[in-house]
Amino acid sequence: MARIIVVTSGKGGVGKTTTSASISTGLARRGHKTVVIDFDVGLRNLDLIMNCERRVVYDFVNVIQGEASLNQALIRDKRVDTLYILPTSQTREKEALTKEGVEKVINELSETFDYIICDSPAGIEHGAMMALYYADEAIVVTNPEVSSVRDSDRILGILQSKSRRAEMGQDPVKEHLLLTRYNPDRVNRGEMLSVADVEEILAIPLLGVIPESQVVLNSSNQGLPVILETESDAGQAYDDAVARLLGEEREQRFMTNQKKGFFSRMFKGG
Amino acid sequence: MSFLDYFRSKKTAGSANVAKERLQIIVAHERGQRDQPDYLPQLQQELLAVIRKYVQISDDMVQVEVDRNGSCSVLELNVTLPER
Repeated sequence: MARIIVVTSGKGGVGKTTTSASISTGLARRGHKTVVIDFDVGLRNLDLIMNCERRVVYDFVNVIQGEASLNQALIRDKRVDTLYILPTSQTREKEALTKEGVEKVINELSETFDYIICDSPAGIEHGAMMALYYADEAIVVTNPEVSSVRDSDRILGILQSKSRRAEMGQDPVKEHLLLTRYNPDRVNRGEMLSVADVEEILAIPLLGVIPESQVVLNSSNQGLPVILETESDAGQAYDDAVARLLGEEREQRFMTNQKKGFFSRMFKGG
Repeated sequence: MSFLDYFRSKKTAGSANVAKERLQIIVAHERGQRDQPDYLPQLQQELLAVIRKYVQISDDMVQVEVDRNGSCSVLELNVTLPER
């Protein structure tokens, strides 16, 4: 049985696809057979972040509609051989994702994969509902910013009422908070919500904190999941998050900045 | 960063506290509504229409809520009548 994990947020642009790419790569690097599915029909982007955009022949919707087999549509990652990508359709309507069709594909993937990562589109429309419906766990990607936190709370409400687990009266979807684009300097200055603030408001367990980092843009430019930038702070923060997802205890890092000297603080206005 | 900006940034310090307070209020409010049945807004509108046949009241003077206590639910209706 595969663990089905949705990466969701409500709000757009907070780092869902970046997170899906890195979490799935991290799980696969640890030897778990992992597939990451793009649920954003019409706005395909996971392929670009994973650097396989030129290898897409068939997609998720083709498989649902019986126009291609799962094996034809799955793209094997060139860097990590236990990682597969299921791209979404660029041209179809998002209603092409039917509940039955998604279930069929997920059931088939469950037979051979350990982890199924569902990269949700933004919003709470059909595509986002389909991405979270079959989830066992949810990684709620949140920025320390009012609209993102509010939307995350809304998504948590939907996970608790509209997921399959909720409808069937099973154990609830296990929720994880992943705080991204975190800037400890601004938190120290009282300009940005702190980890503790967001944890207190959303009241779900913290999976990790990803610091705001230039490496994220650099790696997406190249189609490299940021977790593979193993020297970078953001890469290491994602690696910690993957370890915690697998039950390891890892101390939180990157929540504070290295102490600056008196002079650098004076002259940078920090 | 110019000399003036230094003082300006001091002024905005603490906006995170404002964000936290606003979020706590709105999130608590929205969580309260989350468990409410879908028909409540319409019920409230129709009740308003009925009461307005007899008394002139404004929209916010009728409050409809559902309280759940274990196995039983209570429909709570509060109507504030204007002073005569």
